[in-house]
Amino acid sequence: MSTLHTVNKSPFERDSLATCIRLSTKGCAILLIEDGVFGAMSGTDHSDMVSAAMKDASFYVLGPDLAARGMSEDRVIDGIQVVDYSGFVDLTTKHDTCQAWL
Amino acid sequence: MSTKKFMFLNRKAPYGTVYALESLEVVLIGAAFEQDVSLAFVGDGVYQITKGQSTDGIGMKNFSPTFKALGDYEITKLYVEKESLEARGLTLDDLMELTWEDEDDDWAEKPSIRLVSSEELAAVFDEQDVVLSF
Repeated sequence: MSTLHTVNKSPFERDSLATCIRLSTKGCAILLIEDGVFGAMSGTDHSDMVSAAMKDASFYVLGPDLAARGMSEDRVIDGIQVVDYSGFVDLTTKHDTCQAWL
Repeated sequence: MSTKKFMFLNRKAPYGTVYALESLEVVLIGAAFEQDVSLAFVGDGVYQITKGQSTDGIGMKNFSPTFKALGDYEITKLYVEKESLEARGLTLDDLMELTWEDEDDDWAEKPSIRLVSSEELAAVFDEQDVVLSF
């Protein structure tokens, strides 16, 4: 069964992203939204953790939340796909369940 | 009335929570009382003053341009912790250009952002009468 995980907290402020990565299974999808989008940026203290997790999970980040925070899509970690709101909806339909890491 | 040193400590990213906007509102209210006000951006607080914020897609007000008005309220000291920027892969170039005009220097435009180390920022905190945490 495949799960879509959403993470909406900054990895610098909470351990939501680290916990999600630790407790998710191979083949899942992780979508970073709201303050969670900072976890998608390259060159941060958390980039290596995310890059390492990408061998087991597909990563996505919500474009409008990146733009709101002045985070350039060009600096998103390679391999993380930027999606819009309809892409978010598509992800929810493609997976059996959705788990929000609040 | 005696002048006190007020420091607004900003540690939260904008938009995800209301702290950043609330802090800015209080800063602007406080400006009316002619106190010695400075701001510090630490941790995720540094994200509040990034360049190029565009909130059209999330249906929220982009309040980042308001930081550009602080100079007109004689709020000219915005301390940014260097270690916080580095942990986030950011540099000064990723932040807005925030300036103030020095009336004692023929209205020369001067930068408001002061990039400081943790140690330097600790010394600035030590000088404050009041620290307001957001």
